[in-house]
Amino acid sequence: MTAPAIDIVLCATVLAVALAAVSGFGVFRAVVFFIVYGVLISMAWLRLDAVDVALAEAAIGAGLTGVLLLSAVARVTRLTGSGSYRPRVNALPAAIAAAGVTVALGWAFLGLPVPRGLTEDVARNLDRSGLENPVNAVLLNFRAWDTLLESVVLLAALIGVWALAPDSGWGGRAGVPQHARRGGVLESFGRTLPPLGLMIGVYVVWAGATAPGGAFQGGTVLAAVLLLVAMAGLLPAPRIAAAGLRLALVAGPAVFLAVGMAGLGWGGFLVLPPAIAKPLILGIEAALTLSIAVTLALLVLGRPEPSTEGGG
Amino acid sequence: MSPPLADIATYLFTAIGLLFFLAGTVGLLRFPDTVSRLHALTKADNLGLGFLAVGLAFQVEHWSDLLRLGLIWALALLAAGTAAQLVARAALTEAGRRRREGR
Repeated sequence: MTAPAIDIVLCATVLAVALAAVSGFGVFRAVVFFIVYGVLISMAWLRLDAVDVALAEAAIGAGLTGVLLLSAVARVTRLTGSGSYRPRVNALPAAIAAAGVTVALGWAFLGLPVPRGLTEDVARNLDRSGLENPVNAVLLNFRAWDTLLESVVLLAALIGVWALAPDSGWGGRAGVPQHARRGGVLESFGRTLPPLGLMIGVYVVWAGATAPGGAFQGGTVLAAVLLLVAMAGLLPAPRIAAAGLRLALVAGPAVFLAVGMAGLGWGGFLVLPPAIAKPLILGIEAALTLSIAVTLALLVLGRPEPSTEGGG
Repeated sequence: MSPPLADIATYLFTAIGLLFFLAGTVGLLRFPDTVSRLHALTKADNLGLGFLAVGLAFQVEHWSDLLRLGLIWALALLAAGTAAQLVARAALTEAGRRRREGR
């Protein structure tokens, strides 16, 4: 059994980049390597024909998490005056512990019997799910519980970020004010990209019914559009107390829960009758996409800062 | 039997594209200052990716794939150009700050 050369090169590069990310070249470089690692892992999923996972990894793992980490680095640099933060703990015990966990996991994985998986069960029931993409049939129908809880976790994370806001900033605009140059390249980039980004984001969600895609991947693209517009200074960041914003944040989990409760009438929580499963799922996905996009964008923008402007 | 003409074109154009990526990488590692390094980097993105896209265009099964390839290239051009401008401006500001502080 020989793997194609491209897979061997890919695996070696993934390992090298992962090592570089944790080897203590400074926080900024670690984050850059982490982003590259995400892109490479996404390619690895592509090689395994798991296009849905590849999309999610590229959008959320590499893209959004990368931006989150970068803004965290910028914040640490602002607060401490240098980006050369180094943890004070000894790295060796951590490295040994991590290597031990890796070996144990690998040993346990190889010791397991080859799983039969749920592929056959999903394929047999796919026409009852309302979708043609088996991955999203699992995510939004057969195992909708997990997705519902994920959307709530996102909301909880944002509440956690907001909870760090100082009293004087409460209700103010999310994040620090952006300083894009008037008429500069970032501003024109921020005007050019959103129409395309909106189209691609909505398409990725819509395509999720039959092909790889879905609310999380499409929502991340839309979040990137919102962030670009805010960072280019074209629109101010929203006030976190605005009713419309709060509505957009809870729309996804709320619609999901409402449909789940309605399912009680058909035999159980989150049971979708096959005849109208597709429209129900589309409704859930539309609301989820909105909430995911707004939540992710606000997570990156961060907590409101102490207010210096007078109310207006 | 010789390979089809389309395959030859793909080999040729992707090879040229890879050459640009190689040259861009060497430039990124070897050039002395930020602006020259950006020049090397954007050449790889613009021309390297462009030649890759042209090479792959000979392998598409449907004409709509041509539009997708074109869109990918156009978006990469736009993003690389914008990012290069922003990095260059940040480098300029940083250099100016250092001069003022007399370092």
